[in-house]
Amino acid sequence: MSLDPAYLEYPNRRLGYDHDLYPWSALHQRPPITWPKGSVAVWVCVSLEWFPITPSDTPFRAPGHMQTAYPDYRHYTARDYGNRVGAWRMLDALDKIGARASFATNAAVAERYPELVRALAGHEIIAHSTDMNGTIDSSLTEAEERALIGDALDRLEAASGVRPEGWLSIARSQSFRTADLLKEHGIVWCADWVNDELPYRFSNGLINCPLNHELSDRQIIAVQQQSADSWAQSLEDAFNWLVGEAAATGGGRMLPIHVTPYIMGLPYRIGAFERLLERLAARQECWFASGGEIVSSWQSQA
Amino acid sequence: MNEGAPDPGLYDYVPYRGRPKITWPGGKTVAVWVAPNLEFYEIDPPAHPSRKAWARPHPDVVGYGHRDHSNRVSHWRMADVMLRHGFPGSVSLSVALCQHHPEVVADANARGWEFFSHGIYNTRYAYGMDEAQERAIIADSIRTVREATGQTIRGWLAPALTHTPRTLDLIAEAGLDYTCDLYHDDQVQDVKVASRRLASIPYSLEVNDHYGFFVYNMSGREYADTLVRQYERLAAEGENSGTVMCIPLHAYLIGQPHRIGPFEEALRHIAADGRAWIARAGEIVDAWRGQTA
Repeated sequence: MSLDPAYLEYPNRRLGYDHDLYPWSALHQRPPITWPKGSVAVWVCVSLEWFPITPSDTPFRAPGHMQTAYPDYRHYTARDYGNRVGAWRMLDALDKIGARASFATNAAVAERYPELVRALAGHEIIAHSTDMNGTIDSSLTEAEERALIGDALDRLEAASGVRPEGWLSIARSQSFRTADLLKEHGIVWCADWVNDELPYRFSNGLINCPLNHELSDRQIIAVQQQSADSWAQSLEDAFNWLVGEAAATGGGRMLPIHVTPYIMGLPYRIGAFERLLERLAARQECWFASGGEIVSSWQSQA
Repeated sequence: MNEGAPDPGLYDYVPYRGRPKITWPGGKTVAVWVAPNLEFYEIDPPAHPSRKAWARPHPDVVGYGHRDHSNRVSHWRMADVMLRHGFPGSVSLSVALCQHHPEVVADANARGWEFFSHGIYNTRYAYGMDEAQERAIIADSIRTVREATGQTIRGWLAPALTHTPRTLDLIAEAGLDYTCDLYHDDQVQDVKVASRRLASIPYSLEVNDHYGFFVYNMSGREYADTLVRQYERLAAEGENSGTVMCIPLHAYLIGQPHRIGPFEEALRHIAADGRAWIARAGEIVDAWRGQTA
């Protein structure tokens, strides 16, 4: 038995990455970033998701999607709970401390739930595909992917009145073409790449504002099955660490808090979210900001 | 190994009770070593016939980006915490990192860390390699690390823990002294190889941060508590005969901002305890070898 000789050839073994999407850069060597307020930008990003009861699996089934044979009332309704109830609890929690957040919004949510979109006034809307069937990976053709991105942006703009500058892919999943297609559609920044803790620029000029998946309620509560209190403790531990790092280096840091209304917006969990926001709001190092505000501040210095 | 046999014949059964006493330098009871995996995963690796590199079609943005976090952000965060409490690293190295991000390798070398090979990339698997192919990746590893760091590697942790029936014989023949791939013991043990001598140093896979966070789904605080419990037990049992505790790490996991603080507390506890011999892998193997016939 032996492997194909090509398996021991390494054509991309070279200085830097094995791709040209973005250049290498080490965070600790970059010039320090200063935020308008405080030393740690706290970015709350809420995903507003509508899961059709008819999953298309083109190209893959989104996390949280239907699980049983048709009709899966259980998951359809439990996910829609987030739009009907959970998101409103989150809006109240944000209003209470005066924090501006990003809402990564399926175009279908904006179309179906105008009351919810109106309530986002004062917050930032970023694009989050068409609906939860609108997943992207390299098995889409270029034409399909271009149409999906264009459709999502046009429909979101028509329903919300705002052409979004930011984009979050479902499950952060992109193809090799996505960065160029987002740029082509006028998107300024995306949040899909979790390889950094500050914004950075792709080779094509697109900015990536990293939305740490490890700190999300989906990862810690839905996947790792920790409690809401454990999630909040982890977020506060992260905040405290970043405060220390900012003080030691003189460079601003960023804490992304990615939450999902049907997960964190449940009655027995929302209190942990509210308490976390209140504890952070009481800290002078904390600057609550939308993704767009963080990107703008970074752009003015980078 | 005995290829095809039900018992691979890697080692003799040696009961934990009644073993000869191993003593670590300074009379310490437990040798503690930290093994950061400094890795490079390819974004679009060639397909291997028996294992997929990524769960998703390439690019697996989250999988690749998560691991890239090590080489942009968290390596230095993790390494600075280790330094503050006096822990050197013994690096499990994807040797192609020497080409891709020599800055990371140079940083580890400047900190006095030891390097051993973790294959060329963590997306190239050894299953199914013939003898010449496996010799080639061993020779590549030795040459690449020597050119990048001046060090001659002494150990091996198979890329993505993929082996062939010949791996242990071939690394011993190539002059390597230890393997991190066998998880049968809490002390250094001899491995049966065709030539020379090969030691198995405990790599403590069960307290690997990947196990902690993605097999056992622990919080950062629970993982830190696990390390302290592991340490306390091994330090106590090491009174009878010196034990080994490894802390196998990946910066993109332990170096996340919510985990590094609790981890630092675990290192602080171990460093302050007084029973730990904090060492590099090669030093532990040498100290053990010096006490065995």
